[in-house]
Amino acid sequence: MNRGMKVSGGILLGIIAVAFIGPLLSPHDYLQTDFGKLLQSPAVSDFRLFGTDDLGRDLFVRCMLGVQVTILVAIVASIVSLVIGVAYGAISGYLGGRVDAVMMRFVDTLYALPFIFFVILLMVAFERNFLLIFVAIGAINWLDMARIVRGQTLSLREREFVEAARLTGVSTARIVFRHIAPNLFGVVIVYVTLTIPQAILVESFLSFLGLGIQEPQTSLGALVDAGVNQMEGASWMLLIPAALLAAILLCFNFFGDAMRDAFDARGEK
Amino acid sequence: MSLLAIDGLGIRYGDSVAVADISFSIERGESVGLVGESGSGKSQTALAVLGLLPATASVTGSIRFDGDELLGADSKALDQLRATRVAIVFQDPMQALNPFVTIGAQLRRILLQHDIGAATETRDRVIEMLVRVGLPDASRQVGAFPHELSGGMRQRAMIASALLAGPDLLIADEPTTALDVTVQAQILDLLEDIREDTSLLLITHDLGVVAGRCERMLVVENGRLVEQGMTREVFASPRHDHTRALIKAAPRLTDSGVPAAKRGQDVLAISGAEVRYRSKSGQVIPAVRDVDLSVSEGETVAVVGESGSGKSSLVRAALGLVPMHAGRVVYCGDALAANLGGRSKATRRGMQLVFQDPTGSLNPQMRVASIVGEPLLVHEAALSAKERRHRVTAMLEKTGLSARFLDRYPHELSGGQAQRVAIARALILEPKVLVCDEAVAALDGTVRRQILRLLREAQEESGLAIIFITHDLAVVRAVSHRVLVMYLGRLIEMANNESLFGRPRHPYTRALLDAVPVPDPDNAGGRTAVTGEVPSALLPPKGCTFHPRCPHAEAVCREQRPEATDLDGSLVSCHRATELA
Repeated sequence: MNRGMKVSGGILLGIIAVAFIGPLLSPHDYLQTDFGKLLQSPAVSDFRLFGTDDLGRDLFVRCMLGVQVTILVAIVASIVSLVIGVAYGAISGYLGGRVDAVMMRFVDTLYALPFIFFVILLMVAFERNFLLIFVAIGAINWLDMARIVRGQTLSLREREFVEAARLTGVSTARIVFRHIAPNLFGVVIVYVTLTIPQAILVESFLSFLGLGIQEPQTSLGALVDAGVNQMEGASWMLLIPAALLAAILLCFNFFGDAMRDAFDARGEK
Repeated sequence: MSLLAIDGLGIRYGDSVAVADISFSIERGESVGLVGESGSGKSQTALAVLGLLPATASVTGSIRFDGDELLGADSKALDQLRATRVAIVFQDPMQALNPFVTIGAQLRRILLQHDIGAATETRDRVIEMLVRVGLPDASRQVGAFPHELSGGMRQRAMIASALLAGPDLLIADEPTTALDVTVQAQILDLLEDIREDTSLLLITHDLGVVAGRCERMLVVENGRLVEQGMTREVFASPRHDHTRALIKAAPRLTDSGVPAAKRGQDVLAISGAEVRYRSKSGQVIPAVRDVDLSVSEGETVAVVGESGSGKSSLVRAALGLVPMHAGRVVYCGDALAANLGGRSKATRRGMQLVFQDPTGSLNPQMRVASIVGEPLLVHEAALSAKERRHRVTAMLEKTGLSARFLDRYPHELSGGQAQRVAIARALILEPKVLVCDEAVAALDGTVRRQILRLLREAQEESGLAIIFITHDLAVVRAVSHRVLVMYLGRLIEMANNESLFGRPRHPYTRALLDAVPVPDPDNAGGRTAVTGEVPSALLPPKGCTFHPRCPHAEAVCREQRPEATDLDGSLVSCHRATELA
């Protein structure tokens, strides 16, 4: 644990804790509109900490909901990319040869598809739904993960402990999951912390375009989008969710970098 | 005034002490050997002299060079010192040379940087130095990149770069450890011949190297200097226990201590083995050509050769780890499939392998208990977890490790302990054949002897057949009943231990034996018996593969490949074996 990890991890945990506890303490909820109090600026009285939006909904509760959704999307997308990417990459790298060539060309083909086009297709073909966003983001991220894992596996499978296992007759499945996969941990965990901010950005981007989370549900991206429309009269509607988004992204990036440093140091010893 | 005077040197990294207390001095023109096991602080001392320790090191004491204090000197002064007065040659020239710059350019840069001689003459001076270090065809090689040179030639280029500015002190840190034994002798000769009045500090773990080359020697243990004196006197009457232990553990070629071979039924027999690799550009590289090898119950056969001899390829092909192009492998009377997948569970169980790098051959994410127990999981799936743990504990105890080690991870083990775990993993299935691929090469002298004893005990107990692959003839002398000498993929000589060391028949075998440094100042060995280096396996020489380096080569050797013939029970591939004997 170095200092970068402690500071960025602490801020992240703080934001997440407030995001989940805050709404419980607030007298308002995210759906409730109050047409008497449209576009109120932030104030402590009546617990309008972040003010209200153009429909009179409480912005604090909505921002916290946005943080929840954003973090959830990011983590689920990362787990999807982790599971598919590690399994795919490790199998491709370990089996090698023709299997590897075919599996990796498939990845290359998917890379060639324009992502936004792919997402728009998905959204049109199916109803817009929450789950679909996880799938779409995970489906993109696992490609990078698979490539990284495959590269690592190619060097791992030449290692002597893998050769020893082959010689004794340990099954291929056991070699991949018991000998190769655990040794990928260092690289993979670092890469995951770096894909989380990427997934957050993609989700925000989709929501900003109106392709993501649908009203009355919300995410930080959707809140920023709504804020842009009210930018001139109610700047807090843009600034608060944008600041939250930036803080979360920075923390994840710093955390990932710090983690990579920590693992590098261990490798050197 | 001494050229170099070190007084009370201490080097610490946080709480761990790398060097506790080292004091010694070196006079002008002297050659001094600094000996110790790995981790004794010998390299740290050299780096301290050069001011190359990392910033995290805290250094105490005093290092005076020609009267000037080096500790705490400013970096400009150190730069000037390193450039012109103290030079170092590292173990691995591939890492010390810049791979993107030609040898000549790297050497010229040294001259230009420090304004040595006229700029117009640098090229000539560089070539002159390369000629002095024995780089063949120096005027052309000056434009070669490091990867285009062989290991020995790279080390020559390194020495040239170190001596270019005419330093007063040359530090050589294990300069020959990465090289083959015949090349090692050449490089050590070169260091001795070329240094003239330059002082030499030779850092090594090999007492044999010091015995033949250094006037004075220093012995370090755990960061402390425990003994120093004239080499001859230290060897004759060592005063400190550690020195005595080192000398006792140092490999020798004289005594074998191996009981006479008792040939029984062959457990494993390889005949007519051919192994070929394909290079990236599609060329076929013959790694092993028409070699026979057999090993019987209770017997140890050593396979010896320098790098590129095909010794590992031969045995890996027999185990099914690399494909064999032609030839037969017979195990307990049954011909085996060429690839591992085609072999029955019982044969896979019967042949096990121990690797060179003890920690690299253990999965860093598994505990000792699961590493050693995994083979049982495959071959004796019926065992309960408790019974398995019991068997693992018993096996570990046999290899000299207590049950305390069960829950450790490989990085918590020392090299010797890790190698014991690797041996336990190999022996837990009670194999008939154990292959040791350079299994003691990475271990220090005392640990090496313990591991060899452990293997011998296992053999006496169960009649294990052992194939020992090594480049180290002293190990061969100590463990094997019979020896196969290989060169460029071919059999050179196959003989039993006594006749190979007592009466080597092939000129290459003799050259190998002469080149081994021995810890005896009066008869140190380490002589250069052959010139040149092992040619590329891509273009092996015509006729006898050894003829370009052989002092006895004749016309027939250049044209015709010698058949292996039987001479008093030894198989020898040499046209002139009978005349020369």
